[in-house]
Amino acid sequence: MKKKMRILSLVLSVVMTVSLFAGCSGNGGSAGGSDTIKVGLLAPATGEVAEYGIAVSNGAKLYISELNEKGGINGKKIELVSYDEEGDEAKALTGYSSLVDQGVTAIIGDVTTAPTAAVVVESQQDNMPMITASATAEKITCKLDDNGNVLSVYKNMFRSCFIDPFQGEKMASFAFEKLNAKTAAVLYNSGSDYSVGLYKAFVAKAKELGLEVVAEESYGTDAVDFQAQLTNIASKKPDVLFVPDYYKTIALIAQQAKNAGLTASMLGGDGWASIMDVIQDASLLNGAYFCSGYSTQDTSEAVQTFLTNYKAKYDSEPNMFAAQAYDAAAILCAALAKAEEQKLTAGSDEYKQAVIDAMKATDMDCVTGHITFDDYNNPQKTAVIINIDGGEAKFWGNY
Amino acid sequence: MLFISQLINGLQLGSIYALVALGYSMVYGIIMLLNFAHGDIIMVGGYIAMLIITAGINPAVAVVAAIVGCAVLAMVIEKIAYKPLRSAPRISLLITAIGVSMLLQNLAQLVFSANARPFPSTNIINAANLQLGSVQISVSAIVTIAVSVISMILLTLLVQKTRMGKAMRAVSEDMGAAQLMGINVDRTVSFTFAVGSVLAGIGSVLYCCRYPVLTPTMGSLLGLKAFVAAVLGGIGSIPGAMIGGFAIGLAEVFVTSIGLSEWTDGIVFAILIVVLLFRPTGFMGRSMSEKV
Repeated sequence: MKKKMRILSLVLSVVMTVSLFAGCSGNGGSAGGSDTIKVGLLAPATGEVAEYGIAVSNGAKLYISELNEKGGINGKKIELVSYDEEGDEAKALTGYSSLVDQGVTAIIGDVTTAPTAAVVVESQQDNMPMITASATAEKITCKLDDNGNVLSVYKNMFRSCFIDPFQGEKMASFAFEKLNAKTAAVLYNSGSDYSVGLYKAFVAKAKELGLEVVAEESYGTDAVDFQAQLTNIASKKPDVLFVPDYYKTIALIAQQAKNAGLTASMLGGDGWASIMDVIQDASLLNGAYFCSGYSTQDTSEAVQTFLTNYKAKYDSEPNMFAAQAYDAAAILCAALAKAEEQKLTAGSDEYKQAVIDAMKATDMDCVTGHITFDDYNNPQKTAVIINIDGGEAKFWGNY
Repeated sequence: MLFISQLINGLQLGSIYALVALGYSMVYGIIMLLNFAHGDIIMVGGYIAMLIITAGINPAVAVVAAIVGCAVLAMVIEKIAYKPLRSAPRISLLITAIGVSMLLQNLAQLVFSANARPFPSTNIINAANLQLGSVQISVSAIVTIAVSVISMILLTLLVQKTRMGKAMRAVSEDMGAAQLMGINVDRTVSFTFAVGSVLAGIGSVLYCCRYPVLTPTMGSLLGLKAFVAAVLGGIGSIPGAMIGGFAIGLAEVFVTSIGLSEWTDGIVFAILIVVLLFRPTGFMGRSMSEKV
């Protein structure tokens, strides 16, 4: 079955290529291998994490088809070569080699953390320009030692999504600058890397800003009772309470925070995204804010155009991964354009280096915000802030 | 003032543990079975209440339905899974109980999916907190503690003052002799399961008011902690289960409130180990001599 899928995807990519050529000749351009730029797309299309892979593929394909319709880069069309790695590390490595053999000059992917981390290491020898739309772990763009310290940066690897700690910093400065908070408290899950990462970043940023952290309380992964911690926190009367965890826990905490008489505005990260599905009474969270990579309620022109085009092409609402993949493709194609300007040969070492240098210098407006890259190739961009008000989640703005 | 708030938190949590621990203790007292499916019966009670409130029916009906549902479920389980094994070795019974627990969890997963479901909001949950000086007390905390205490008083009266209670005590003392005295042992055991599960049904609604998210596995850790409470108080003893429940609830809250939240579960289970080592019969347990 999987073999069939792979053959199918090969056939599909051939068909796509042919149709690209057909488009070329229609425009009167000459059709030929050297007139396309091959870009790999490494993403699961089947298997357990297919949901994410398909969203990423859709987003990337949308951007590339739009670009090709406008005439491509430097008169050349982008030829997307897809490989289904099924969310598996070993298959991702095979897929990477297969894409290299087919002569791609850059890769969009991988999607989930473990296969992406494996491919990054492998890609060092080729200095292959890569960008992921969804792998949020720190180790994707940096080689870390056992204590999590950065040993070196993988210079060829970029991403268009937030890294976990970034959200903690964002929410601390949001509370300080936009909510005028003077005091903050944190309640975090000591058994979750995600939660601890956001917590540490929040506290560090709060100290830097002069936002006083009056209480730091934690709980274990299976905990359902937070009343004792919340009672302690309530007694300190903080202006805001940062709770970086997933939505199920937040629903429990929301009820108990009210019972404990807590009046602080609650703040959260993108783990809150599905909170409206599990909370019995969303008005408990009135006045809460959480950050997200993207919101369909964002009124900016870039987001609305993307939404319209995506719906027209796929007949469904794009999620955060699709939006980030669209941006990843945009960042990569802008970098390809710069390499093309230097009249380098696609696929050569100089070309790849030029693409990497251009990606590093990215400074552009994207669907998920204005993006530049920091020293670790992580995007510095605005976050979407969602506000819960009157029992509804509303788009607050970009921050 | 903080101390009083935390004390109320501990009593609220403890009263839920106590209600669940009573179910454990009564069943153990009568047929020497650690009914590990007890926590999952609470889960079923929670889902029943959720379905009825969601359907727009009065929450009072939901409470009654959850209680009746739990009692009927426990009696059915007793008839199908435990009764045929009454003369089998205790270990078979224990393993069957674990099997029933898994069955209930998986059935719930099949019917309701593994995703968390919200427990609908009711007036009791939503009522504004009471302000006593500088202490805020939630209405649900007061209701939980009051309902538990009343249930325990009724249970004590039932066991000490009624014929059925006398029969329960007799069966737990000596099943064979009770049978010879003309006590219907099967009915008494069934009744004990039902009473334990009525308490579980009450506990499930109180639990859901405090933790309004339902998952198919929500009963397992709760059941385990209530088991520790039952052992602490002396398994088989009704006042012991109550004392054990409150002790575990208070211990958890105070350990957490002094900033050792990561240790909360660890300390609960450490208490179990210490009790088993130094006082295997718990606070109120009778010392058991092997019958020869």
